[in-house]
Amino acid sequence: MGRYVIRRLLQMIPVFVGATLLIFLMVNVMGDPIAGLCGERECDPATAAQLRKEFGLDKPVWQQYLTYMGNIFTGDFGTAFNGQPVTELMADAFPVTIRLTLVAIVFEIGIGIGLGVLTGLRRGRPVDTGALLVTLVVIAVPTFVTGLLLQLLLGVKWGWIRPSVSSEAPLDELIVPGLVLAAVSLAYVTRLTRTSIAENRRADYVRTAVAKGLPRRRVLTHHLLRNSLIPVVTFIGADIGALMGGAIVTERIFNIHGVGYQLYQGILRQNTQTVVGFVTVLVLVFLLVNLFVDLLYAVLDPRIRYA
Amino acid sequence: MRGATHVTRAACAVAVALAAGACGGGAAPAGGPDGIVTSSWGDPQNPLEPANTNEVQGGKVLDMIFRGLKRYDPRTGEAEDMLAERIDTTDSVDFTVTVKSGWTFSNGEPVTAKSFVDAWNYGAHLRNNQRNAYFFGYIEGYDQVHPASGQPTAQTMSGLKVTGERTFTVKLTQKFSTWPETLGYAAFAPLPSSFFSDHDAWLARPVGNGPYAVDSYTRGSRMSLRRWDGYPGDDKARNGGVDLKVYTDSNTAYTDLTAGHLDLVDDVPASQLRNVEADLGDRYINTPAGIIQTIAFPYYDPDWNKPGQEKVRRGLSMAINRQQITDTIFQRTRTPAKDWTSPVLGPDGGYDASLCGGSCTYDPARARKLIAEGGGIPGGQVKITYNADTGSHKEWVDAVCNSINNALGNNRACVGNPVGTFADYRNQITRSRMSGPFRAGWQMDYPLIQNFLQPLYYTNASSNDGKWSNEEFDRLVDQANAETDPARAIETFKQAEGVVRDQMAAIPLWYQNGSAGYSERISNVSLNQFSVPVYEEITVG
Repeated sequence: MGRYVIRRLLQMIPVFVGATLLIFLMVNVMGDPIAGLCGERECDPATAAQLRKEFGLDKPVWQQYLTYMGNIFTGDFGTAFNGQPVTELMADAFPVTIRLTLVAIVFEIGIGIGLGVLTGLRRGRPVDTGALLVTLVVIAVPTFVTGLLLQLLLGVKWGWIRPSVSSEAPLDELIVPGLVLAAVSLAYVTRLTRTSIAENRRADYVRTAVAKGLPRRRVLTHHLLRNSLIPVVTFIGADIGALMGGAIVTERIFNIHGVGYQLYQGILRQNTQTVVGFVTVLVLVFLLVNLFVDLLYAVLDPRIRYA
Repeated sequence: MRGATHVTRAACAVAVALAAGACGGGAAPAGGPDGIVTSSWGDPQNPLEPANTNEVQGGKVLDMIFRGLKRYDPRTGEAEDMLAERIDTTDSVDFTVTVKSGWTFSNGEPVTAKSFVDAWNYGAHLRNNQRNAYFFGYIEGYDQVHPASGQPTAQTMSGLKVTGERTFTVKLTQKFSTWPETLGYAAFAPLPSSFFSDHDAWLARPVGNGPYAVDSYTRGSRMSLRRWDGYPGDDKARNGGVDLKVYTDSNTAYTDLTAGHLDLVDDVPASQLRNVEADLGDRYINTPAGIIQTIAFPYYDPDWNKPGQEKVRRGLSMAINRQQITDTIFQRTRTPAKDWTSPVLGPDGGYDASLCGGSCTYDPARARKLIAEGGGIPGGQVKITYNADTGSHKEWVDAVCNSINNALGNNRACVGNPVGTFADYRNQITRSRMSGPFRAGWQMDYPLIQNFLQPLYYTNASSNDGKWSNEEFDRLVDQANAETDPARAIETFKQAEGVVRDQMAAIPLWYQNGSAGYSERISNVSLNQFSVPVYEEITVG
């Protein structure tokens, strides 16, 4: 197990380097960001040159990348165009997005798995058909439609929530945005759990457990659910990273100043330092969560072992 | 445990939301003279320094916390003395400025001649990377502190001299009779000594001399400004303060306004223009601002710079149905252009609704004839380049092309050519890579006809993106700048504008309006010529 973890951690290094290099190149291909800094007029050449020097844009791309990577190991993610260190932007943005992601994950686990178990045990009944239909609709409707609709109904028409989240973004204000963000994944989790439960219900070990005379509740949690959750855990794990990066739409609708907002601003202003910095951290989150999910397999199913 | 707190918070949210509004939202906002206005805001692009701010969002704050030598009357646009007691000159080159006494910054430091001279020297120096440094370009010695290439050879501009506690002299490099009227621009604001001694602290909480003082500032999310009671000017704030809240999307700000959580939005999103009158009634403002949109041409491309081609350009101009486009696409938030300036200047300031005349009027038959006479469209097709990331540029470029195609009876005569980001778009322009006409916009720095002509059409001027050059025009601009009588100067500028018209250096499209909406809580809301709300006049309750 220990060796497995170390091997996985070492594998992360090339993935990390490759991913950051790709992003770096992609942002640089878009052209000279200084040109957009002076608005509708040309920066005077001297100021432009000075700015380019300050942001290190006057050097060749490979050299910029090496300097950037070197700085990252000392915890320096560079400076955004408005003069703020990128680490400061991260310290503001990540807690907000992590809170939002947590709310979304709680919804996914609570409602998604709950509904999945319920429908999986009652296949073909009205409850099952109803849930299938609802999840189909949820998957089919794009996030921005759900978001804007909920914002309009709950925020403007009925006045139950504030249409926009305040800059502190406390948990209670994030409930509706979290639900919107989770909606599509939630539907997938429901369907995944349902199929998995329905399949395993007829498995030999479940029949044995029932034949042994174990209480129904114990059969459900210790035998059926534990085995059925493996694909669901994989999905939720991969989803954590996707939710953090994919929050751009939800964060824009509800005016949440999180990672999505910073990334959007960074791309719009073509701010290499912000974009590369945030994506770098997101890549790390992705990698770590995947590792964690793989380790969780062994806990859920002791037959899966890593030498 | 997290689950437990989550549930209680959720319950609290629902309960309070049903009863009052929001959980932990605090007491109901106060009205009266101490009422606080909440307003939408956008994250300033550059660090918030007077000479470093070149967009509206940062400019909004500077307008609240700074007052300069001059100030533009929010209604007439006239440059009036603010901190200037006198600005004297005999030859339009040497100016003596006297600063009024009794003015202080909100930290108590007096505003002196030195506050101005230091600020201007800071703004001009290359080392400080100020985006608006070129505003000081007329002052003698600018070349030494801000050379076009290489390192600065001086620390301060030789043309600026402090001659007393409240007086300083300015020497310009050329005659510029309307120079004092440019001094209302934010880049010319005075700065307190704390700006220089502890710059980071100043940026974290700017200190100025305007009617408001910054109470707290969380970069990227909000700024709280409070009325400064020690403000000596006669434009004191009539409300308790303003809370600026950053919105990533103007749609969300508008939604917050309609839900009653925000008092003022100064950018009504295009998608809401259809509903705005039903939603807000007379609480919707739509007034002209000093912004003009044009189509510029790449004169560095020989194909687009042949003699006689002004007929093609005029023909294209006459093929655009401005009225229809502004009515349908912009819901009348733009006004068809009739000259190359802006209505905010007023007739006395040089605006002339008859200047462009027939050349800016839709006339498909004459358009076809003129284009044919001028040798046809270079390459057989006009490609209008624009950036597709912000604004609704795609919509109007497509509409303009449609109009041209219809007028010429050729479906391939004009197409839009989108560029992904604004930065890339500007990049292609500054490298002179445009292969055809392109979108150009100009927001005035100060309400002067000079500002609508010289930066855009003078040979090698800072915003002459198409590299248009005309000796006659340059000569007239020089002559106008040397004119000591302002009325005669404006007349000469209008002659220069006539050259722009005859050559159709750029096709004027429309003047942009400022649009704003506000809640029932506040009144006396208006926009100035820069489409910025006049915050200090707003009353609450």
